[in-house]
Amino acid sequence: MSTAVDTITATSPGVPDHQENAAAVALRIEIDRSCKLPVLLFFGASVFWLLMGSVFGFLASWKLHNPGFLADLSFLSFGVIRTAHLNSVAYGWASPAAIGVAIWLMARLSRVPLRNSAILIVAAIFWNIGLIVGIGGILSGDSMSIEWMEMPGYATPLLFISFALISIWAVIMFRYRRPGHVYVSQWYILAALFWFPWLYGTANIIMHGLEVSGVSIAATNWWYGHNVLGLWFTPIGLAAAYYFIPKVIGRPVHSYYLSAIGFWTLALFYSWNGMHHLIGGPFPAWLITASVVASFMMIIPVVVTAINHHMTMKGYFHLLEVSPTLRFVVFGAMAYTVVSMQGVSMAVRSLNQLTHFTHYTIGHSHLGLYAFFTMIMFGSMYYIVPRLVGSEWKSASMIKWHFWLSAYGILTMVGALTVAGLAQGGVLNDPEIPFMKSVEITLPWLFSRSIAGIVLTIAHVIFAVHFTMMLLGMGRKDGIPTYFTQDNTTPEASVRP
Amino acid sequence: MNSLPKLFIGFFIAFATAWVGLVVVPFLTLGQLQAEVDEDTGELKPPGFGGLAEQGAKVYAAQGCMYCHSQQIRPEYAGSDIARGWGVRRTVPRDYINEKPVFLGTMRTGPDLTNIGRRQPSAEWHHQHLYAPQIISKGSTMPPFKFLYEKRKITGQRSVDAFEVPGYDLEEGYEIVPSQDAKALVAYLLELNRSYSLEESPVE
Repeated sequence: MSTAVDTITATSPGVPDHQENAAAVALRIEIDRSCKLPVLLFFGASVFWLLMGSVFGFLASWKLHNPGFLADLSFLSFGVIRTAHLNSVAYGWASPAAIGVAIWLMARLSRVPLRNSAILIVAAIFWNIGLIVGIGGILSGDSMSIEWMEMPGYATPLLFISFALISIWAVIMFRYRRPGHVYVSQWYILAALFWFPWLYGTANIIMHGLEVSGVSIAATNWWYGHNVLGLWFTPIGLAAAYYFIPKVIGRPVHSYYLSAIGFWTLALFYSWNGMHHLIGGPFPAWLITASVVASFMMIIPVVVTAINHHMTMKGYFHLLEVSPTLRFVVFGAMAYTVVSMQGVSMAVRSLNQLTHFTHYTIGHSHLGLYAFFTMIMFGSMYYIVPRLVGSEWKSASMIKWHFWLSAYGILTMVGALTVAGLAQGGVLNDPEIPFMKSVEITLPWLFSRSIAGIVLTIAHVIFAVHFTMMLLGMGRKDGIPTYFTQDNTTPEASVRP
Repeated sequence: MNSLPKLFIGFFIAFATAWVGLVVVPFLTLGQLQAEVDEDTGELKPPGFGGLAEQGAKVYAAQGCMYCHSQQIRPEYAGSDIARGWGVRRTVPRDYINEKPVFLGTMRTGPDLTNIGRRQPSAEWHHQHLYAPQIISKGSTMPPFKFLYEKRKITGQRSVDAFEVPGYDLEEGYEIVPSQDAKALVAYLLELNRSYSLEESPVE
């Protein structure tokens, strides 16, 4: 952190808001005010789609052990509703949440009020129209059945236009930033906003526009599918973790050099990972091997980032008792390490043989998209929203309930799917055991997963109610942040003007 | 690393290498594959799908069958697919040249369907199974696809397409007939047969 040259450190992480001078405080308030409409638009949409996605997910999960449940309508069939779930949570919840967080971080870290917010508002509208059309298309039988790219060709251009607008906006913001240090979070955000339109554009042109067929489509599919996680959600999640952990505890990030190494190795290796979803499949050996090797190399960015975050947190872990933002974000950052190392192990061919084609992979993806990414987004929103609406979260106990239901819910879900997957894989690998045994053995675990899904849905409803109360101006107006415990020594912005 | 152009060159290089490796090169190489012509019979391998089966592939996509059923046979050293009898040889890129999208799948909640047309060649069985999977295949968790069928009162003669599901309690005077989508889907399933021999993956 080289803040020496900055006269205004207001918006740098590592400087808690209450230690700023008056000019810095005024600027910060101006920045937050300028972000209000676009960020709340994205957050509001994301919370809505989170609830939709939770319902779709529950229906899909229940059908896996009760196939007769609501089976008479085509749009509620498992293969349809599962797809609606994935698209709602990935493109409806996770992406708009990421965009909202990225917008706010860009403005804060560029140290200037938001410019050209009309671009973002148009983008938010396009994005949501695209989602309604796309998910409506899936429900009415127009799914492409290409994993992570199921939306029909008449919906994807809307999402692409929206995203391109956001990328253009980000470049404008970065151009007009106040001179000084570029913090690592900004690299992650800029990179993600540069990669995703390329990724989404290329993959969709190939799937919808070109006269191509054959397994190279599957290669593009998994290049896309894995990079959505690796080069879109992961960078935004890490950008938020890199910002909020230092910000809340009030000290700079442990090592600038480790953040740089972590960033560039992630960029270089993650992009090659996708084909490990196709181990054993009909592809030339070099293609799969390249991805397996790149998957092993992921150890470097993951370990480096884990060390950096841990060393930043060292001596401050007691603040997890106090700050909701910190608790959610640190949970997510720890889950990032776990899910990434699990991902590395799943690229080992012998283990892959056990876990491939099973619920184990589904558990892995929930560990990534929920325990890591979603938890960090929740934490970020708990920090950002009060600053936009000018009031504090109404109830510490609602946040507490949200945290524990989410934490236990997701750990139960991942645990159940992991056990189910290992059992299923064990049976499938033994040709002497009839196939049906691999179905039967998973049933109790799939039932547990459904229960975990209900727990998560309750958590989401609590969060949505709380969030709506904030939008309606029902937050507390006393200016004292909502902490889990009444500890006023916490460095996180203790008093907001 | 503070200037936008320098950062973007870095982002570009990191991303472009993988893009070339995993997207462009596979298209240039695998995209050029042609069907193998059988020397004796002149038949194409893979033979490609008939018109009705192509429609059926769209139903397969719309219903999301691939989220539970794979269509790929791994070599013997990489899995038990062949030992389970799902295929007689590993599948290779050439097997899929006519397909868009490619339903390789990543999940086996249900069995692999690479060669289901050969393993289960009866259209009637498929209709019965799609209509009432739990009756036909005990312990199955496959969703019933009753909405692809019509249960209707018999007026005059029975439909030629009507079928019965043994063990399914059908009211007197009613019959079950497949919709066009159901017929197409079954036509597609019956054409799923990659058990011909290929140069690069011969049937031993």
